[in-house]
Amino acid sequence: MRIHEYQAKTILREFGVPVPRGEIAQTPGAARAVAERLGGRVVVKAQVHAGGRGKAGGVKLADDPAGAEAAALQILGLRLKTPQTPPAGITVLRVLVEEASTVATELYLSITLDRARGTHVVMASPAGGMDIEEVAATHPDRILREWTDPALGLQAFQARALAFGLGLSGDAFKAGTALIQALFRAYLATDCSLAEVNPLVVTRDGQVLALDAKLAFDDNALYRHPEIVALRDLNEETPLDVEASKFGLNYVKLDGTVGCMVNGAGLAMATMDIVKLAGGEPANFLDVGGGASPAQIEQAFRILSSDPSARAVFINVFGGILRCDRLAAGLIAAVRTLGLEMPIVVRMEGTNVELGRRMLDESGLNFTSAADMGDGARKAVALAGAAR
Amino acid sequence: MSILVDRSTRVLVQGITGKEGTFHALRCKEYGTRVVGGVTPGKGGTVHEGFPVWNTVEAAVRAEGVDCALIFVPPPAAADAIMEAAHADVPLVVCITEGVPVADMVRVRAFLDRTRSRLIGPNCPGLITPGQAKIGIMPGHIHLAGSIGVVSRSGTLTYEVVHQLTQRGLGQSTCVGIGGDPVNGTTFVDVLRLFQDDSGTAAIMLIGEIGGTAEEEAAAFVRAYVRKPVVGFVCGQTAPPGRRMGHAGAIISGGKGTAAEKMRAMEGAGITIVRSPADMGATVARVLGRGRERLMPSSVIGGESQGA
Repeated sequence: MRIHEYQAKTILREFGVPVPRGEIAQTPGAARAVAERLGGRVVVKAQVHAGGRGKAGGVKLADDPAGAEAAALQILGLRLKTPQTPPAGITVLRVLVEEASTVATELYLSITLDRARGTHVVMASPAGGMDIEEVAATHPDRILREWTDPALGLQAFQARALAFGLGLSGDAFKAGTALIQALFRAYLATDCSLAEVNPLVVTRDGQVLALDAKLAFDDNALYRHPEIVALRDLNEETPLDVEASKFGLNYVKLDGTVGCMVNGAGLAMATMDIVKLAGGEPANFLDVGGGASPAQIEQAFRILSSDPSARAVFINVFGGILRCDRLAAGLIAAVRTLGLEMPIVVRMEGTNVELGRRMLDESGLNFTSAADMGDGARKAVALAGAAR
Repeated sequence: MSILVDRSTRVLVQGITGKEGTFHALRCKEYGTRVVGGVTPGKGGTVHEGFPVWNTVEAAVRAEGVDCALIFVPPPAAADAIMEAAHADVPLVVCITEGVPVADMVRVRAFLDRTRSRLIGPNCPGLITPGQAKIGIMPGHIHLAGSIGVVSRSGTLTYEVVHQLTQRGLGQSTCVGIGGDPVNGTTFVDVLRLFQDDSGTAAIMLIGEIGGTAEEEAAAFVRAYVRKPVVGFVCGQTAPPGRRMGHAGAIISGGKGTAAEKMRAMEGAGITIVRSPADMGATVARVLGRGRERLMPSSVIGGESQGA
């Protein structure tokens, strides 16, 4: 789960990470009022879950409250398009108005999981403000890494090594070391999957500040963080994503015409792959879970049928313990309830598979049975092409 | 022959009085697995569906002797259950639970390093030695005893490949689902080593997926150590970057962890790559027929030889 920059900064401030003073505004008038309270120059920043906001016109400097109001007027309601947003962009509903900092140095700091080592890694680089993946590719020596002890966490000597590596000295060194440790405490305490400060800046008066902040959280750990779940912004998710998550379905919208409904994540990915190999394009990834209950199947159909680009549906369920006649009954009931007319290709394996296939064939609905995965993919791609 | 489990393996089910635990303990027992009982804290001394229940893993170990703990407890208690089993010196711990927080698994792995226990999972279907022991949630009847070792990060996709193998009369020595989480107990490399050293395994089917570098590490290990034919498939060839595909671990981030990269690494190690998931069983059959020709460049089946 991801949150906005202003939410991330609120959390970081609580853990002792210095961030610029600022407030959120939803109208140009409110932005002006915030600028008045802050005094001096301010930055007005679009709040959407995507990087690259500056280049897309979502971040503006203002010299005074009137300038802040004008900047907010330009940014609020803008459909911001960056390489990280959906192609249609995201509408900006809020701006963060912050005191402008006089930046002397831009640095990079982040914490994430190192899967291969099975522990957390703190990464820092003097090449701040840049795309860190590019730095990793072109100047790998400019990225410092400290792997934390799984049980004991980040030690002070590791934070010092990073701060020295960043070229900090004097008061900035002390502040930087403290900031790195505070960021790690926040990362661990809130079950982050990523905590990124880019840029981390040293101001001309020697302060060390998180000028930007990005936090993402481990979905598996959200059960123990209701305060973070409360920060979820449904405006950042498509309505279909929201519906899917309510029923425990894993859904990812794609661009093709063959809707897919599969039990299990691995088989669902393999089903998308075989649709592509058969000459089609999957309209989505949809994992209904290993069990594929009737309620989940009905909801899955609801989601697939509301995707305007889907022309046919390919259902691939490896039941195992699941009985295919029950699955067929669930499919028939869902299609009748929703009045679906789209062609549906069904490949299923499990107990009573013959009976299940007969039920689908005799239902009078637009079902096509498939003998195996390859057969199902070919049929679904052909039907999606014919329906175009 | 087989790896890790056989008909003599004595299995203890943690969370046996829960819905999932009860259902699968009974299915495992029906298959022929020696389920000695279960653990549910607070229900020790009772009998549940014919299984004796203990309060702690240690009590069960003292009373019955336990070779393997099979865990069905909910995510908030899973890390603790794994550590309890390891602390009681249970050699093999299999955690089925899906949704364990990553930070918990980081601590669990460090804890396990100080014990002699091996963890399989979490978020996995478990493992099965066909005809001998089913320790997990996979459908037993699709399996057939034989000499193909299967190792996978996925659940139902593993059933798919097993089904394809069994339909062709190709039985399995042991099938191991290592799980789809970013931090887990047993890696591809661990299982590949066991299969290479197992006289009952003639060939290996490896099923990877996008995300992380486990497949690349597996490829390097195969090149250095494995002398048996290996067939590989990587799902998620069409997955978009930055989106988590169901499994917590299945995500392409920062342009890393793509299926194409993984398949290239595997191909470079002499692993026969299957492009289409419909061809997994057929490819194993062909590779077995050809014996040790797997190192020839012509070993790529079902597609062009480079990239995807």
